[in-house]
This record gives sequence, structure tokens and C-alpha cells, in this order.
Amino acid sequence: MVTNVTSLGRSGLSDWLIARVSAYVMTAYLIFIVGYLMLTPDLNYTQWAALNSSLPMRMFSLLTILSIAAHAWIGMWCVLTDYITVRLIGPKATALRIIFQLGMIAITLLYVIWAIDILWGI
Amino acid sequence: MLNVSIYRYNPEVDSEPYMQDFEFDTQGKDIMVLDVLEKLKIEDPTLVFRRSCREGVCGSDGMNISGKNGLACVTPLSDAVKKNKLVIRPLPGLPVIRDLVIDMSQFYAQYEKIQPYMINNTPAPAIERLQSQEERAKLDGLYECILCACCSTACPSFWWNPDKFIGPSGLLQAYRFLADSRDTATEARLANLDDPFSVFRCHGIMNCVQVCPKGLNPTKAIGHIRDMLIRTAT
Repeated sequence: MVTNVTSLGRSGLSDWLIARVSAYVMTAYLIFIVGYLMLTPDLNYTQWAALNSSLPMRMFSLLTILSIAAHAWIGMWCVLTDYITVRLIGPKATALRIIFQLGMIAITLLYVIWAIDILWGI
Repeated sequence: MLNVSIYRYNPEVDSEPYMQDFEFDTQGKDIMVLDVLEKLKIEDPTLVFRRSCREGVCGSDGMNISGKNGLACVTPLSDAVKKNKLVIRPLPGLPVIRDLVIDMSQFYAQYEKIQPYMINNTPAPAIERLQSQEERAKLDGLYECILCACCSTACPSFWWNPDKFIGPSGLLQAYRFLADSRDTATEARLANLDDPFSVFRCHGIMNCVQVCPKGLNPTKAIGHIRDMLIRTAT
């Protein structure tokens, strides 16, 4: 058992499941947006604003943003723990990895908060 | 004449590894890579490699042959030679002791972690613990692993985290005991695997399946372990 405190779900299975589910949410959102744009060729600002200010659409967008954030957290965490390791770059790796991990987490959370501000500010 | 390029490194003499070229006359025969090495060793006795059974059973002569991990004894030149050139390197990702011999301690440490033995503390029956034919059939494709390390040393996840990720070979063996009807430690075994590294560093790129000289499928076994974890943890 290799424990870890900076992974998203603290458990391999949890991270694995979240990565899969979030991928489905992002795919559904992409299909919806592309489909909407294709079916609405004369899209104007009023229609676009109405769509994005409706509660269901706000929830769908927020769910997608949370999915992107979770997916990015899991993916970035994997990349950082693969390449910034004592084995590869020496003893300074641990401090460097923690800085990058916390930085990545902070940026992800800031993006989520910013996105909520944008979604509910429409 | 076949051009054979071999990775050489003797830490007592060489400051760094180098590739040494040999010319080899195959006499038109499609012999095995190990035969080439054996003949070259007569020419240059300082060339070092591991070998034992020379028929793909012991798993000693795993090496990187023209870019692909495999057993030298069961890899014919017709599979390995590209543009009249044969390139032989040690298995990647583990420390080199000398020439084609690698230090496999890390590989065995991961194998040890999965407790590769039957755990059953119930009183033993008079003769033996029986299995039905169906139960026994579940072990096919698992028990055949010879621990040659071709798969684990072909896996980037194992290269980057050989101390944390168990690797395809160890996980194939882990599933061999999880799937065994006579083993009673399934829950404890699974509990030891549910962390972000041991199993879940596998991203399913299937290098292990591509190189396994015994034709086994560690990725499939890892999938089964994941299914068992999902069943118990959700």
C-alpha cells in the first residue's frame, strides 16, 4: 500500500472512477454544445445568453467545469509523480514536486471559482 | 555478414556504457539470438549475459533485442534483424550490473509485495485442497509467468515508479492468487492494492502484452483486479 496525500481521491480506485465519469460528462457537454451550434445556425447574443443563464445549463456547465478540474487534477498529479521524482532528478525533487502539486491544485481551484463567478454573472 | 551491436559496460573498467560492433556469419541459418551471443562469447569471453535453459522456460535471458524486450533463446534472427543489423541492449529501466546483466532486486521486491503464495489458514484436508475444473481453468494464462521481467521493464509506469508501481508481472501474479479458489486472503490482498500507485499506475498502454514471450496478457489481469476492487469498494 503506497499512501498519498496530494492525489484527488486518496485512493487509486476513487481517482480511476472519477477520471472515467468526468470524461463522460465532458464528452456529453462537448456533444451538446457542438450539436446546439450546428442546429442553431443563426445564433444571436440573446439566444446564447438565454441558454447560458438558464439554471439547467448553468448546472450542466458547472458539472463540466468540476469534471475538467477533477480530470486535470488526477492527470497532472500522475504526470508530476512520474517525472518529478528523486529517482529522476535527485533529492530536490520532493520539495519541487510538492510546490508543483500545491500550485496545480491552487490554480485548479481558482479556475473553478472564476468559472462559477462567470456562470452566475451572465 | 550480420552486423551485431551490443551494449557493453563493465563498471570496473568503463567510465560509461558503449555499443560494441561485431561481424557475425549466420551461414544463412535462422538461428536464435542466444546462439549468436554464445558464439560471440567464444570470440570475446568478457561479454556477459545471463542464460540457463535456452528454451524459454527459465526466463534468464530477457534482454532488449532490436528495440523490443524478449528472451534471446526463443527469438529467431528473422524476427530481430532489421536492415542486416541486430542491436542488443539490457532490459531497460533497471540498473545495469555489467553488459546485458541487470540488477532485478526492484522487480523481485514488487513481486514479494503481492505475497506470491497461497494463503489459507483453515485446517488442511487429509489429502489436498481440491478445485473444480472450472476453478482451475481460471488460473490458465496466469500461472505460466516465468518472471523474466520483459513486461515490467517495457512499461513506462514501471520505469518512472519501480518502487511504487507493482508492474505488469507482479500484478499478473497478484491476480493469479486473487483468482485462486483455494486462497482465503482475497480481501486483505485487495486492500493492499487500492492506492494510487500499486495497480492504478497502469494506464493500459499494453506494452506488456506486446512483449510477453509466453503470450500472456497482464493488462487483462489488471482489468480483473480493478473489477474486483470495484465490486468490493462500491
